[in-house]
Amino acid sequence: MDFELILRVYPFFLEAAWVTIELSVLTTILGLICGALGAAARMSRSAILRAIGATYVSIFRGTPALIQLFIFYFGGPQIGIQLDAFEAGVIGLGVNIGAYMAETMRGAIQSVDKGQTEAARTLGMSRWETMRKVVLPQAMRMMIRPLGVNINALIKGTALVAAISVIELTYTAQRYIGSTYKPFEMFLLSGALYMIIIYVVGQGINWLDRKARIT
Amino acid sequence: MGLDFSVVPSYFGVLLQGMGWTIAITIGAGLLSFFGGIIFAVAALYGHWVIRLPMRGFAWLFMGTPLLLQLFLIYFGLIQIGIDLPAFVAGVIGLGLHFAVYNSELIQASILAVDKGQYEGARTLGLSRGQTLRRIIIPQAVRAVIPPMGNNMIALLKDSALVSVIGVMELTLAAQQAISRTYRPFEFYLAAAFCYYIINLALEAGLRRLERRIAASR
Amino acid sequence: MTSAFVEIKNAAKSFGKLQVLKDINLTVDRGQIVAIIGPSGSGKSTLLRAINELDPLTSGEVWLEGVQINRKLPHRQYEKHVNQVRQDIGMVFQHFNLFPHLTVRGNITLAPRMLKGLSEAEANKLAEEQLTKVGLLEKIDEYPSRLSGGQKQRVAIARALAMKPKVMLFDEATSALDPELVEEVNMVMKQLAEEHMTMIIVTHEMDFAASVCDRVLFMDQGVVVEEGPPSVIFKTPKEERTRNFLRKHLARNGG
Repeated sequence: MDFELILRVYPFFLEAAWVTIELSVLTTILGLICGALGAAARMSRSAILRAIGATYVSIFRGTPALIQLFIFYFGGPQIGIQLDAFEAGVIGLGVNIGAYMAETMRGAIQSVDKGQTEAARTLGMSRWETMRKVVLPQAMRMMIRPLGVNINALIKGTALVAAISVIELTYTAQRYIGSTYKPFEMFLLSGALYMIIIYVVGQGINWLDRKARIT
Repeated sequence: MGLDFSVVPSYFGVLLQGMGWTIAITIGAGLLSFFGGIIFAVAALYGHWVIRLPMRGFAWLFMGTPLLLQLFLIYFGLIQIGIDLPAFVAGVIGLGLHFAVYNSELIQASILAVDKGQYEGARTLGLSRGQTLRRIIIPQAVRAVIPPMGNNMIALLKDSALVSVIGVMELTLAAQQAISRTYRPFEFYLAAAFCYYIINLALEAGLRRLERRIAASR
Repeated sequence: MTSAFVEIKNAAKSFGKLQVLKDINLTVDRGQIVAIIGPSGSGKSTLLRAINELDPLTSGEVWLEGVQINRKLPHRQYEKHVNQVRQDIGMVFQHFNLFPHLTVRGNITLAPRMLKGLSEAEANKLAEEQLTKVGLLEKIDEYPSRLSGGQKQRVAIARALAMKPKVMLFDEATSALDPELVEEVNMVMKQLAEEHMTMIIVTHEMDFAASVCDRVLFMDQGVVVEEGPPSVIFKTPKEERTRNFLRKHLARNGG
């Protein structure tokens, strides 16, 4: 184990970790938006919206995230969408994880007891009011943990943007493996940073989950 | 630049070959992750602590870091210690080990959840601990986690695209090759996505059939 | 001719401070059928499970045909010894414990093939014989999930019999069954009795015990309170505790 090397290169890894964090945060936000829209579409009363939602989920869950990323980044210019690697990364990963989050959200919403909806509708609440005031607050609590699993996967998934040369943790590790021929050291260094990020986020999710349970 | 799908058919053979390799990798890594998962689970539950402790660390590391990073470690790490494996083999090992860790977690929980009566029933007939584990407990534990292990298998298929990064000639790299000659990324990545989607559908259908077939024996 | 076939000497067992068996002695002759009755928590199941070392005794001895079952041996040898003697002791559980991943045939042939080295053909023939005996030959290729409770228990009996055991232990074999399914299992057990199988039966069914068994043991709080032929135990028990138990039991089960 070459500790001297680790000490020498770790500042570059820290910088790269920030990029990974930025990617993770932006991807999470976009993923949640896409997920909410996807879930809403899949549970909509309109057959067209339902079909659109189902297609979105099926296509983005049924093909590799890496290919989706490549289509956004390399294929975008062909249809007039010019994105830099970071933007393409956020959009590609966000839309991808959104498809998974849509299923998570739909699952949570549908797991709310049907009796709840019936009771609210009996009281004279509209479909939308029932959803907003009765179903969603309960579903929100139930979706925190499974969404946490999605976010955990997403953080590790940000490594894919190394393939389009975004200088984040995995790209940095790959570059230093190439220049130092020390794969184990570089793996452990970047791996440790990933695990710290995942640990902190995991604690945050736990905290949210506990808070949601109390109220 | 616009889109022009007319170039795709002339690369049909290249894509088909890539598809074949993707299927081969998925099957190879899938088998490794299945049997590796069982071996890891048994070692983690019943092994001596000398085995158990490093296993725990290994699982922790593999579940906490990106697959792509692990692929780099395995590919370049093996070269560094003097084992120069073909990229295909390194890719299968990397993918297989990664998903073996996830399968192992499922199987461990499942083994612990097998009814105690099963153990007693087998021991009463005179089966030894090992025989009971092999013939009674593990077959049942594995059957119980076929659905989630199937999901891992589907994830493995999609993640097999990552081995293109270490130079394994599969579907994604085949598409890239076509692109490097035609400069038509959108068309060929879309074509590759379509191929993945087809394999994915076939795999899902196969897994559903398997689940139905074992339904009676659970 | 009578000979001590199963012998339990000074059996005692405790879980921590709780003494569940206290100095129990029991001798069962070859071909004898003994019922053990008593309230739940009396230790009757524990005693039965001690016979084949599922719940080893804290102290005391268990013998089968001149071989001590619970010999103190180094771990490896003990395992080998126990696996060997268990092949001679058939056990039937309340919850059947059939292997759900194997067909009826697989359940029955597994141990004979693995432990007695029977060929596939021999094991199949054995399975067919045993299933014919319990009247379930037509279910040979079904999975347990497709059987009723009574059928499961009959298969479990066939599975135990396929090992050609010297003694059969029944641990509340009909307690988990719907009332209408109890009789089919009782019939099989009666048939075994007619064939002079040595049996030790933990049961809640007094009528069955009275009609089949040679001897009845009443256990309470870890001791054998009273034992004797069923005519005595059920009609003219000497002990107050036995009378109490039988009265309560009768009241609950409506005779």
